[in-house]
Amino acid sequence: MAEATITRPDRRTPPASGRTTSAFGTPRAHRRYRITLAVLIVLAVGFGFGLLAWDNPMPVGSDGFWRIARMRATSVLVMAIVAICQATATVSFQTATNNRIITPSIMGFESLYVAIQTAAIYFLGVSGLVALTGLPQFVMQVAVMVGLSLLLYGWLLSGRYANLQVMLLVGIIIGGGLGSVSTFMQRLLTPSDFDILTARLFGSVSNADPDYFPVAIPLCVAAAVALWLRARRLNVLTLGRDATNNLGLDHRSEIMKVLFGVSLLMATSTALVGPMTFLGFLVATLAYQISGSADHRHIFPVAILTCFVVLSGAYFIMRNVFYAQGVVSIIIELVGGSVFLVVLLRKGRL
Amino acid sequence: MITLRDVRKSYEDEVTIGPVDLQIPTGGITALVGPNGAGKSTLLTMIGRLLGMDDGAIEIAGYDVASTASKDLARIVSILRQENHFITRLTVRQLVGFGRFPYSKGRLTQHCEDTISKAIDFLELTELEHRYLDQLSGGQRQRAYVAMVLCQETDHVLLDEPLNNLDMKHSVQMMRHLKRAATELDRTIIVVLHDINFAGRYADHICAVKDGRVVEFGTPATIMTDEVLTRVFDTEVQVIDGPNGALAVYY
Ligand SMILES: Nc1ncnc2c1ncn2[C@@H]1O[C@H](COP(=O)(O)OP(=O)(O)OP(=O)(O)O)[C@@H](O)[C@H]1O
Ligand SMILES: [Mg+2]
Repeated sequence: MAEATITRPDRRTPPASGRTTSAFGTPRAHRRYRITLAVLIVLAVGFGFGLLAWDNPMPVGSDGFWRIARMRATSVLVMAIVAICQATATVSFQTATNNRIITPSIMGFESLYVAIQTAAIYFLGVSGLVALTGLPQFVMQVAVMVGLSLLLYGWLLSGRYANLQVMLLVGIIIGGGLGSVSTFMQRLLTPSDFDILTARLFGSVSNADPDYFPVAIPLCVAAAVALWLRARRLNVLTLGRDATNNLGLDHRSEIMKVLFGVSLLMATSTALVGPMTFLGFLVATLAYQISGSADHRHIFPVAILTCFVVLSGAYFIMRNVFYAQGVVSIIIELVGGSVFLVVLLRKGRL
Repeated sequence: MITLRDVRKSYEDEVTIGPVDLQIPTGGITALVGPNGAGKSTLLTMIGRLLGMDDGAIEIAGYDVASTASKDLARIVSILRQENHFITRLTVRQLVGFGRFPYSKGRLTQHCEDTISKAIDFLELTELEHRYLDQLSGGQRQRAYVAMVLCQETDHVLLDEPLNNLDMKHSVQMMRHLKRAATELDRTIIVVLHDINFAGRYADHICAVKDGRVVEFGTPATIMTDEVLTRVFDTEVQVIDGPNGALAVYY
């Protein structure tokens, strides 16, 4: 028996010298994380390349092939931007509000987008929608969305009775109010105008115009990098207000900075492709499930890759299997929602 | 030394805490006692700068709480609140590791790791260090939170009802841990206690709070008397001689 004890060291209590704090509960979780990341990268590259090359009538490598691929590359780039925006924004927003079951789109970004689009066609007719396209108009839409959210955060979080829950509630109410105004205006549209509008209100990668890239890409990258650099602070924020202040971080100012980044990302994504209500929430939840870590430095990459895989996968399948790429947001919500439920029911916790 | 000068706080119109003038000496355990709603948590959170005061000033080791940068204060004073619910999935070790944030900003050094191990061992959580918080009992979790604030290595430690959720055995152990932290690690510990007998046994000073004011401050010997306790708690209390000193009987 004595030999057995010697050959089998006690696994539960590692020697004091080698005790370290890992972002993962167990070495197995760490291994699983690396595998998950690798699989996601393979899938992302696969779907991305598939979108560029699949069903390309020209032989791979020829001039014509690249010309067609370049046209398709725009939509792959849009998906990458949307993935970075939605995933980073949702994960950060959930951390800032200490709530894993909400998404920043409830803060009125999407209702505002819908209201702007509807108002344009209501007051100016179809020419109004045309007047909304163009780089200055894109910048204006982003500015209005960011402005509104900053007003909301600033007003509700800097007062004496600063309260996150009230801010969320007011955000939802404003969103709901804008939604009803839009619905009302939509009722009064002619059927043909309404039809044109509807196409704009479904989140779709084809809404994006490459002309917007010079603004959209820097905005998205700058805000996402800023949030990534704050990953360690975001980890502290998950402990809640009091513990954050105790550790020497000013909770209120941290939250404001994070929410500013979130609103930049959400505004960019929404102005670029339209509403994607469920996407961010879906990928954030999946990322927490499959990454096995509560550290933002590990969650961000998984969330972004998942988001890109979900988006590009849905487009790839819709284009090449069902020949119906217009309804991708619907398939994302259907398939994504089911995957989400399955994962949740199997794991039993968020 | 923690000094409160003319500290006031009013919630809405009716409830006013203060004015409080108080000096808490360096070293040892100071117990805050008093009935529910007396203002113990309010005072403690104001000292720990989690709650702003309306008037007055608080100094910890010469640093003014209102004007000193929060990140500097985080190396001088740490505070654990009455209720904690950390929603994230963390292991005990990860949670305790957060206590190093004021020094490492999230990049743990070898020294940090050693400090974390020490804090975990100190609260006898060694076997549990890789367990997730939601796999612990309430009392074990409570100890993990205390380990986190000890890991912050501040000279002043404020704890609001750390005996919450603890059974008889672990309450006694927790108080012994705190006593050891005060003597061996030279910490000044201020702790809100509900069981006056724990205060009498383990505290070096007792501060009695009632209706938002400090009504008594002194050594356990001066506080543990029929007259004082009856007045503070509005309950008939008799102090008898126990095997380990004075014992308050109130039922
Ligand atoms: N956020 C708040 N808003 C309004 N009143 C409050 C608030 N927090 C505390 N109070 C009131 O202030 C008084 C002191 O509360 P405090 O929490 O400091 O009491 P306590 O001594 O810690 O009580 P307990 O032993 O029950 O924890 C109570 O009357 C309480 O109702
Ligand atoms: Mg209290």
